[in-house]
Amino acid sequence: MAAIAIEAVGLKKWFGEGEARTDAVKDANFEAYFGEMLYVVGPSGSGKTTMLSMISGILRPNGGTVKIEGSEIWDLSNDALADFRLHKIGFVFQDYHLFPRLTTAENVAIPLILQNRKWDEALKEAALNLDIVGLKSRTELPPVKLSGGEQQRVAIARAIVSRPDILILDEPTASLDGDTGRSIVGFVREHILTDKRCIVIVTHDSRIYEYADRILKMEDGKLTGIERENLDAQ
Amino acid sequence: MPGILRIAYKLLVNDRAKFAALLVGITFAVFLMIEMTSLFSGILSRSSATVINIGASIWVMDPAIQTVANTIPLPDYVLDEVRSIPGVKYAVPLYSGSALLKLRDGTYQAASILGLDDTSLFGRPTLLAGNIEDIFAENGFIAVKDSEFYKLESPQIGTEFELNDHRGVIVGIAEVASSGLFGVPTLYTTYNRALQYIPNTRFTMSYLLVEPKTPADVASIKAQVAKAGYLALTKDEFIKKIADFYKYQTGIGTNMLLMTVISFVIGLSISGQTFYTFILENIDKFGALKAIGAKGRELVSMILFQATFVALTGYGIGVGLCATLIWLARLYLPDYAAIITYTNLGLAFAMVTVIAAISSYVGVRKVLTIEPFDIFRG
Repeated sequence: MAAIAIEAVGLKKWFGEGEARTDAVKDANFEAYFGEMLYVVGPSGSGKTTMLSMISGILRPNGGTVKIEGSEIWDLSNDALADFRLHKIGFVFQDYHLFPRLTTAENVAIPLILQNRKWDEALKEAALNLDIVGLKSRTELPPVKLSGGEQQRVAIARAIVSRPDILILDEPTASLDGDTGRSIVGFVREHILTDKRCIVIVTHDSRIYEYADRILKMEDGKLTGIERENLDAQ
Repeated sequence: MPGILRIAYKLLVNDRAKFAALLVGITFAVFLMIEMTSLFSGILSRSSATVINIGASIWVMDPAIQTVANTIPLPDYVLDEVRSIPGVKYAVPLYSGSALLKLRDGTYQAASILGLDDTSLFGRPTLLAGNIEDIFAENGFIAVKDSEFYKLESPQIGTEFELNDHRGVIVGIAEVASSGLFGVPTLYTTYNRALQYIPNTRFTMSYLLVEPKTPADVASIKAQVAKAGYLALTKDEFIKKIADFYKYQTGIGTNMLLMTVISFVIGLSISGQTFYTFILENIDKFGALKAIGAKGRELVSMILFQATFVALTGYGIGVGLCATLIWLARLYLPDYAAIITYTNLGLAFAMVTVIAAISSYVGVRKVLTIEPFDIFRG
């Protein structure tokens, strides 16, 4: 069995108080392993994104703990938590959130620039990562000149440029057609997933389930079961 | 430049429409603020032209005087009384008045006449042509070559004119430090000739010009003059009194202040609103940066850098534009009274700083309150 990358124990999150209180995540427990591509699936409003935010150090839970590589992340100060995210986690947002006024390479270089790497050095590293995602010839173009699939690849390049141990992808195929979505996730599975990296994907796109090692189902804030598990088959 | 600020710079300048709108807002505000305050500075400076040009250390006058132009003649005995005050090195009379000149072509032109003490010629201007002793020659006047000089038909030495049926002759051309406010040319002559040529009231001295033996004597001289029922002011005090009159007793100061405030508000409105829109349009990107690992202070530094960059660029362009306009205006309108002073520049800079601070404060508040979780939620 591979080493545990993420360990969530008794995670709880609610919004509002009193009668207005809404329980978004109710006592969620799960583990994610290095070398694993873990999906969290469920209908809209089931709490997937809230849980994703809590395990990635973005949203403070009301209860429970999140350990990344054995360390409790919610004990960290805000600045330490930001540093933790910068060095340990790569994000691919649903709407990509690329800066339209920067070139593709500059967009990819952002995590390195936030790590205070030199500008030219960061751009060189970004170009290498754009090469990995097959966009070497697009380094000087603004993201708006790229197709949806290419923009998704740029977002992936940005997420992996700082070599994070954990990659979080939020609805990576939501804005893509079926073929492009499958090719993107297939690409991530083939080229980005390594033994030393854990990838967590939140999705409700059943067309990409085939690439998952495990699929956790979520409903009404609860992890209701494991839909598929083939981690041991790896 | 740190990478994070380089990103901020690119985000700002690559959004050309917003950047242009921000620059136009700041530049326009700076241009108007400096133009208004420079115009006011020019008016204030010119209103004290006689005080500056004569250069006496102490001016003795009637307490009711508000500006150097509205003279209230002093009785002759005041001269003797002032001269007898301990600490007075010397005191001389000055005539300051106006007259209507009949020029060679038969036209009439109002002029300001300054009559200098016959004995000392204290307060005499620097001559560009002619000799100062020629002022004692028959009908001798010295014309000041300032922005109003052409109104005397640009006279040469020997040019004649009429003043109250008296013949006047230009015996010298002079330059002075400051031109007058009222758009009339200035002539210097002797005190006695001024009295002789221009009709006067019973009392004739416009001012007494006093030089103290030491700077320490100024206070006692002022006190002694006050006991006699008159007012003694140092040069700087007199200039301030005149400036205060134009600032507070006329509508000029209020109107200029109003225009400056309006310029500030216009600049603030355009820049503040555009900058806020710029932040709003990029708020999800700032949220994404926060999620990736940017700290709050890094995002704040990005916004402050953007606001400072726009403010300084707009300030520079605004100052340059205003300086160019004033330069051009002076080429075609010699008596255009605008002076850009360090105070004007400082005031505009302070106001631009306030504009940048308020604009960035709104942006900073917005960026600091965005939760990266909102980015995930879309």
